[in-house]
Amino acid sequence: MRVEVKNLSFVYGQGAKALSVRALDNVSLTIEEGEFFGIIGQTGSGKTTFVQHLNGLIKVGKDSGSIKIGEYDLSDKKCDFKSLRSKLGMVFQYPEQQLFGDTVFDDVAFGIKNFMPEKNAEETEILVKEALEMVGLDYQKVKDKSPFELSGGQKRRVAIAGVIVTKPEVLVLDEPVAGLDPVGKREFFALLHKLHKSFVKTVIIVSHDMDAVAENCTRAVVFSQGKVVCEGTPKEIFSDLETTNSLGLGFPVTAYLTARLKEVGVDIDSDLTVDGFVNEIMNKLCGGNE
Amino acid sequence: MALLEVQNVSFSYDKLNKVIKNVCLSVEEGEYIAVIGHNGSGKSTLAKLFNGLQKPDEGEVIVDGFSVHDKKSEFEIRKRVGVVFQNPDNQLVASIVEDDVAFGPENLGVPRKEIGERINFALSAVGMEKFRHATPTRLSGGQKQRIAIAGVLALKPKILVLDESTAMLDPKGRKEVLDVVNKLNKEQKVTVIAITHYMEEVIDADRVIVINDGEIALSGTPREIFAQKDVIKGYGLELPFSAYIAEKLKQKGVSLKSDILDQTELAEALCALK
Repeated sequence: MRVEVKNLSFVYGQGAKALSVRALDNVSLTIEEGEFFGIIGQTGSGKTTFVQHLNGLIKVGKDSGSIKIGEYDLSDKKCDFKSLRSKLGMVFQYPEQQLFGDTVFDDVAFGIKNFMPEKNAEETEILVKEALEMVGLDYQKVKDKSPFELSGGQKRRVAIAGVIVTKPEVLVLDEPVAGLDPVGKREFFALLHKLHKSFVKTVIIVSHDMDAVAENCTRAVVFSQGKVVCEGTPKEIFSDLETTNSLGLGFPVTAYLTARLKEVGVDIDSDLTVDGFVNEIMNKLCGGNE
Repeated sequence: MALLEVQNVSFSYDKLNKVIKNVCLSVEEGEYIAVIGHNGSGKSTLAKLFNGLQKPDEGEVIVDGFSVHDKKSEFEIRKRVGVVFQNPDNQLVASIVEDDVAFGPENLGVPRKEIGERINFALSAVGMEKFRHATPTRLSGGQKQRIAIAGVLALKPKILVLDESTAMLDPKGRKEVLDVVNKLNKEQKVTVIAITHYMEEVIDADRVIVINDGEIALSGTPREIFAQKDVIKGYGLELPFSAYIAEKLKQKGVSLKSDILDQTELAEALCALK
């Protein structure tokens, strides 16, 4: 499913003019099927308001632009949001706070009860088992446990299982790694790539971690004051560090190193992933790869 | 005696599973200590033991001569140890910035005139004087967290404990908070104990403490700690990102010095290869 957003605007507190805040200002953006897409920008730049539009949590206002996701027209009042939400999964910040079931099984199965009521008990069990195994949990060990007796990292996995149980084609995640330790973070991105190679065709991720964006995203967009100010590959976005700095973004370590080497006349032309950068260093500074 | 003495402290929430096991730690005035460890290692529990939010089952915590076991010392300890938590939205209590900052000293019965002085001091320390009459909910994450720190500074604590206080902030907000904390440590000699998952935030600390399974597993300077890369990986931690890239280059046979920690050092080493 292709995500196509045209001229989207949104104002919080429209009723009280003096207090209203323009959170999105004429945003146009197309995300193709298959992308691992990053959304970056300072706190308050409109990132979360934008992604909340993608599954209809915030509806497109009258004369406020349009959103098309695959065959769904979100600006149309007759849009089947329930069906859309089974195909576009949304993972919020601190997803473990979304858990509510008595058992891990109930929690993960909720998505099926909600979106696929036609599934019988047997089919439900197969789907729940698949989802839990996909996120790296042992089905037999965790299914009857209360989600609240699991560790933080495991809770986050259960929450993700509850979202992917309907096999969404698009997975949208709002800062999914905040508060995870370094290993937890690495494992989480490995899980996203595993899902991306499986039934999830498009990943859209909001992140403050520029190193993670450079390492994982095929393309990204920068929000500032509700507008899209920059769009492209990580390499294109971080080609001018002064601009990204002025947007309050910071930059990946690889982009910083590339800029410093340029000052001494060494042109490193990599995609800003660690492996890409290391290979370029071998080529340019160490006489080729062994 | 050191400013903060943690002596053979053990603690459990349920009287069954010890989450802190026989921890000994002394922190001198003016030190900047970073505490790292994987999720669930006991870091945040330890932070709550520093100011008596939790009392040790065994052992003793002494802050500036006051024991946490002594009920009468509670206010004296809270005055001396200020804790800033992860989410600023959970720590702001008033609808105007200056009222929020005044909340702590008012509770301690500080005279009215002095409260005004403390608000001035705290807001200027975090660079938020201009926002004195602003509404906290309308500030950015980094600004809110600086107000939360100001609220703690208004108590004039000797020890500032930061429990993942930058985890929810964007890169700019994180830098704002870290700059303020560094300045307080250097200029006001405030002792800092920073719990974090960002290995980059650890590099400037005087001492790093690695917590694993409720115990102090390692303690040393950042260079000493990150030199033991296999050991810290075993504790579920990683190298700072620049050190990780340096490691990758070395594996490919690039000759770099062994103790690169931050991006400036790595950039210099790479430029020197030219």
